[in-house]
Amino acid sequence: MSRNEIREAQPVLREQLRGGQMWSRVLRRGQRLRLIDVEGGASVAGLFYNADDPTERYNMPDTLKAQQIARLTEGFVLYSDMGRVLCSVVSDSVGWHDTITGHGTRAHGEQRYGAGSYQKLRNDFFRNSRDNFLTELGKYDLGKRDLVANLNFFVKVAADEDGKLSWVEGHSRAGAHVELRAELNTLVILSNTPHPLDPSSQYAPKPVAIEIRAGEPAAADDACRRSRPENERGYLLTEAYFA
Amino acid sequence: MTLTDSRLDPKRASHDVTLESGLGWTHVLSPGQIFRIVDLEGNQAVDTLFYNAEDETERYSAVDTVREQGNLYLSVGTRLLSSEGRALCTIVADTCGRHDTLGGACAAESNQVRYAIEKKYMHSCRDTFLLTIAHQTRHLSKRDLAANVNFFMNVPVTPEGKLTFEDGLSAPGRYVEMRAEMSVRVLISNCPQLNNPCNGYDPTPIRLLIWDRE
Repeated sequence: MSRNEIREAQPVLREQLRGGQMWSRVLRRGQRLRLIDVEGGASVAGLFYNADDPTERYNMPDTLKAQQIARLTEGFVLYSDMGRVLCSVVSDSVGWHDTITGHGTRAHGEQRYGAGSYQKLRNDFFRNSRDNFLTELGKYDLGKRDLVANLNFFVKVAADEDGKLSWVEGHSRAGAHVELRAELNTLVILSNTPHPLDPSSQYAPKPVAIEIRAGEPAAADDACRRSRPENERGYLLTEAYFA
Repeated sequence: MTLTDSRLDPKRASHDVTLESGLGWTHVLSPGQIFRIVDLEGNQAVDTLFYNAEDETERYSAVDTVREQGNLYLSVGTRLLSSEGRALCTIVADTCGRHDTLGGACAAESNQVRYAIEKKYMHSCRDTFLLTIAHQTRHLSKRDLAANVNFFMNVPVTPEGKLTFEDGLSAPGRYVEMRAEMSVRVLISNCPQLNNPCNGYDPTPIRLLIWDRE
């Protein structure tokens, strides 16, 4: 192992998110973020912004149509509304991360699980991704206008030929991971709460481990870059931004 | 796919305008008004956003709409839900049968990614949205341009999660009609895209009609 490889192999940061917890951090260009489903059945909602100008953000439709896909997995990238790559999915053992079904609100939670107040449950109170996102976005002076269609890591909701959606139970297993590499300096906002289509009547969000490693942006022979000409152009536009 | 006609008479409409491709339009509907978009020449894509006119931070949410109705495609009965989970409009008539809400709006920047770096000069829906809100609204800006509806556009998703752009199901004279469920700002870009089949490579005018509540 070269010194660089050793540096890239060791996490610079390890954290564990409890069920219900929110999280945010700016990943510097080249840094990698790995999410690990510790027990299986995790569901982590994510939002992504250019940390240098948060009006530039993850754009669900541009991500889907550039890559002609409605899910994310290894080899695909997250596009911003400015034609640039925010993050690349460099490793994934799950195969399908949801892009199209949004996140839950307090109303969803109350209907499914009951009230779950802080007064009664203290820090095990029932959280929801809308309120988590608004809280965490607020720390960067962002808010409702910035809350766009999110990603749902470890979640699969498939459509049949008529467009009917169904939740896929048992999709993510214990130890499953997904790893992103930042191509812009990226503000990542995460919320670890149950997905609104999860049919369970128990509020039981799962722990998720987070690891951040140093690294370099996509090289010329990078798999995400070479996967299709659209992505080659996306990386060219991203490099031009830093030129 | 079910097609549902409307019995409303265009002669009794309180608004009746034609919008060329490449142009934008915005208007506030009162609760109960009926709004119709007519695909005059067929295979046009009509990029449309909706806002609560009294609090424009509440806006159309594609992901809430598809999740809550359990289906990706919009047609009669679809409640166009807001980011607060409330119905902005309900689709009440539709002679096309399927409308998209995953494909979003074209933009100069995404055209560069999708087609070629040199395509940046081409006109796009996002440019139309930005210019229309700059001239005709007080508070809206880029941050308010979330994922939109594409009326008359056909973007099927396969069970394997592939997204495809298919020829439109629409034809000359097909229309979609919706009832405003609150005071709703409608923002339209009549799509100028020349690089894919969403407009049959030939962007064409649409007709917009509004009827007052009966």
